[in-house]
Amino acid sequence: MNALTTKDAVEAAMPALDGYAVVCANGFISRWACSVRDRPSHFYMIGSMGLASSIGLGIAIAQPDQPVAVLDGDGNVLMNLGTLPMIAVSKPKRFFHLVIDNGVYASTGNQPTISPEVPLDEIAAAAGYARVARVRDRASLDARVAEFAGAEGPSLLLVETAPESGPSAPRIPFTPQEMTARMRAALGGTA
Amino acid sequence: MSDSGDATFKGADFASALEGVGFDFFTGVPCSLIGSVLVALADRGYVAETREDAAMGLAAGAFMAGRRPVVLMQNSGLGVSLNAIGSLQQIYELPCLLVITWRGFGGKDAPEHLVMGRVMPNLLDAYEIEWRALGKRPLEDDARWARDRFDANQKPVALVVPPGVLG
Repeated sequence: MNALTTKDAVEAAMPALDGYAVVCANGFISRWACSVRDRPSHFYMIGSMGLASSIGLGIAIAQPDQPVAVLDGDGNVLMNLGTLPMIAVSKPKRFFHLVIDNGVYASTGNQPTISPEVPLDEIAAAAGYARVARVRDRASLDARVAEFAGAEGPSLLLVETAPESGPSAPRIPFTPQEMTARMRAALGGTA
Repeated sequence: MSDSGDATFKGADFASALEGVGFDFFTGVPCSLIGSVLVALADRGYVAETREDAAMGLAAGAFMAGRRPVVLMQNSGLGVSLNAIGSLQQIYELPCLLVITWRGFGGKDAPEHLVMGRVMPNLLDAYEIEWRALGKRPLEDDARWARDRFDANQKPVALVVPPGVLG
């Protein structure tokens, strides 16, 4: 069984996220997401590491009926660990938190994170997420994506992946202001 | 440094002034200097965050979802928020009103507040955040100024709360 990659996780998730506001963590997660499937309702972060989940929660609190997905990473979640109890306590019903856990800070040269020793899915479950699962193969990943994207949340799906070894994802072609404007328009927020 | 009966304005009136000019999403982390404001915001959907930079994230999402967000914090939390302000709010043009208490004001406070109390005006200027201190004008004037800067600049703007102004 070949280990999953960030790109695999993104490819598996994207078809289920039509109609979602999708907030993508900085680094390769945003780059792969943009490269695999771009929509105006995607927000790609290029800085403020850790805050993708907080931005997604802000959207979900402001528009409770809007489905929100956050494509996050282990380094990002560890940097803003308070986000897990915050999301659990806020109870956004259509909130799908996909954590791509490769155990490294990929953008800065694959230095290890502490995630191999810290089960982030169990922390989310203890915090009070409505549903939590961990997958490490494509069949389980596809099944859980289909299940979680249609169910009441908040949900956290942790995908164990291996650090990327193939060609790198292209950089995000949009300016930050363009990304704000199109997400705001997609959410009906533009005056 | 706690709320007192002889404050210049009532915290509830400040909350009403913010709401009156169109601010409609409130989050943050508490400070005693704005305790009365937080009481007034409790039934206006105030979201109690765990860290100030996470509150900046919430505000960013809320703005894209059509709201005018306010993040309330102690100035210690401004230090926590600087990376979010610099690499999220400022570059993505995600406006937000920061209501920041001025602990360490005039050098009279507990030791942990003195450095931030001293450098905060320069820090706000360095981060290109337009700001005003509350207490010199009617609350409605400052609220309207903040809303106008928010709408015009699409960047963070700050109202700073010195001790004794809101009770």
